[in-house]
Amino acid sequence: MTEQLTNAEARFSEAPPRVSEWRRFCRVFFARRLVIFGLLILFLLFITAIFAPQLAPYNPYKQDLRSTLQQPSAKHILGTDSLGRDTLSRLIYGSRTTILVGFGTTAAAASVGVLLGLIAGYFSTSIINMIIMRTMDLLISFPMIILALFMAAILGGGIQNVIIALSVATIPGYARVTHGVALSIKENDYILAQMAMGSDHLRTMFRHILPNALPPLIVLMTMQLGNLILAEAGLSFLGIGIKPPGAAWGAMVNDGYRYLLRNPVLSFAPGLAIMLVVFAFNMVGDGLRDALDPRLRGLL
Amino acid sequence: MTAYIIRRLVWAVIILFMLTIAVFFAMRLLPGDPLMIYVAQSQLSSIGPEAMEKLRVEYGLDKPLIVQYFSWAGKVIKGDLGRSIFHNESVGKLIAWRLPITAHIGIVSFVVASILGALSGLLAGLRRGRLADQIVTPLAYVGITVPVFWLGILLIWVFGLKLGWLPIGGYTSPFEDFWMSTKQLVMPVVCESVLGLASMSRQMRSAVLEVTRQDYIRTAWAKGLRERAVVFRHMLKNCLIPIVTLMGFAIGTIFGGSVLVETVFNIPGMGRLMVNSIFNQDYVVVQATTLIFGAIVLVVNLLVDISYGWLDPRIRYS
Repeated sequence: MTEQLTNAEARFSEAPPRVSEWRRFCRVFFARRLVIFGLLILFLLFITAIFAPQLAPYNPYKQDLRSTLQQPSAKHILGTDSLGRDTLSRLIYGSRTTILVGFGTTAAAASVGVLLGLIAGYFSTSIINMIIMRTMDLLISFPMIILALFMAAILGGGIQNVIIALSVATIPGYARVTHGVALSIKENDYILAQMAMGSDHLRTMFRHILPNALPPLIVLMTMQLGNLILAEAGLSFLGIGIKPPGAAWGAMVNDGYRYLLRNPVLSFAPGLAIMLVVFAFNMVGDGLRDALDPRLRGLL
Repeated sequence: MTAYIIRRLVWAVIILFMLTIAVFFAMRLLPGDPLMIYVAQSQLSSIGPEAMEKLRVEYGLDKPLIVQYFSWAGKVIKGDLGRSIFHNESVGKLIAWRLPITAHIGIVSFVVASILGALSGLLAGLRRGRLADQIVTPLAYVGITVPVFWLGILLIWVFGLKLGWLPIGGYTSPFEDFWMSTKQLVMPVVCESVLGLASMSRQMRSAVLEVTRQDYIRTAWAKGLRERAVVFRHMLKNCLIPIVTLMGFAIGTIFGGSVLVETVFNIPGMGRLMVNSIFNQDYVVVQATTLIFGAIVLVVNLLVDISYGWLDPRIRYS
């Protein structure tokens, strides 16, 4: 009796220690210092955007034509632009545009893309699948910024139209990922069992297939955020997007470009901000990918 | 292989057809009557209803949309892209003059991105963790995060304004003044190629790391081959597949980037034509430039697909 017990105990202690999914995730995710650095930048970005009115030393829209194009000083840490507006304050308010466009687009594109991908993958033998996925092929072969420019030309400027234009450009990524997952999951026996028990199409799609697509989707969203912020900056650099006097980083780079010799900080500071934020999203995306599903390496 | 090429060709034609449909109908989404837009833009202020009707018939706008589409597509195939209202010139002429400029910068950028991207990634992968890797890998990270227009301004400030080594913009044809043309080309090429270059370098590095572990590489080493032979004869072709896939993407970023780069460096190419036409509400030109950018990317992707089948025979049969 005692021998049996010790055997059982021995077998028990030989089994690998149970590590919860969450702890494994944290261990991999936080292993790289650059990921933590990225998280820190994103945290700062959110704090800046939320508390912009408290953090900004000046009103970002208030012109002061007596102190235009000032060099950085104790009064204006990053100097002033051609209309005498404080650069740091505009930079702080610009973070709101970045976040609004980045997350607004991701939310819109992901919901449409996931839905299309689910439908196409689930009804993979029907004509719907072909129509959806071929349209996605067409959209994805297009350079994002050209597509967004074309859309913006049709819809007109304004921040909500930029969100729509960039959404159209990013929908295919989500549709493809979801489509792929749906195709492979659909063949599993437990889906068949669900159907046999009377689960309808909608329930199967959203309760059984969608959760399997979540890890790659989360990674894709994070990585797309970086690209979107770059694209939004490009559009606002070209003068499409938020209307003046609103602040957007890309537009600030363009405003400063004209005064490059007199006050290069005007262009340099917002560009550096764009780069840091894009870098942070890419880093966190890489970390999420490695922690959620290392098999995606090289694919996403 | 022939069957594979034909399949890809047919596919490309179908996509091109879809592209024209998408562009045509998207333009019809413009708020308002296309005729009204035309009239407003050509500043024909006093125009009666009969004259309007006459114009409508003249432009074929009284016919059903499908008929309008086919008559438009028929003209596009013949190279007639319509007439720019702002420039008062045929769009074909506007583009014929600008496309070579964009193509010149784009092709040079593409070559630079592919060669430097592959080589730097190869180097970083082979010398993993050593000095070369420690230089290439962070630079590649910078390359995929830097906004190209900002990089352009940075370069202009350093090399154009502070050091005075390079002209700050403009374009000269290489047939006119080769030296000047090359000098003007340096900074735009750096900007247009940076994203593609960095992505290829990263991809190449991880492909090299993957391939190095394969048995056939160990065999090659065990046979006593020199490093050069192992790398160029046995590794390279297997690493090239992901690079070729990225080439299609790189062409997209290069021509997409031309919109920004040509604005920064004041280059009279297709990208700037498109941006200016958006602000001039010159929709015919916007439509044409979108179509041409799309067609270029499509053709390059077709070539990529074909070379992909050549590099990896498995693909031809799937």
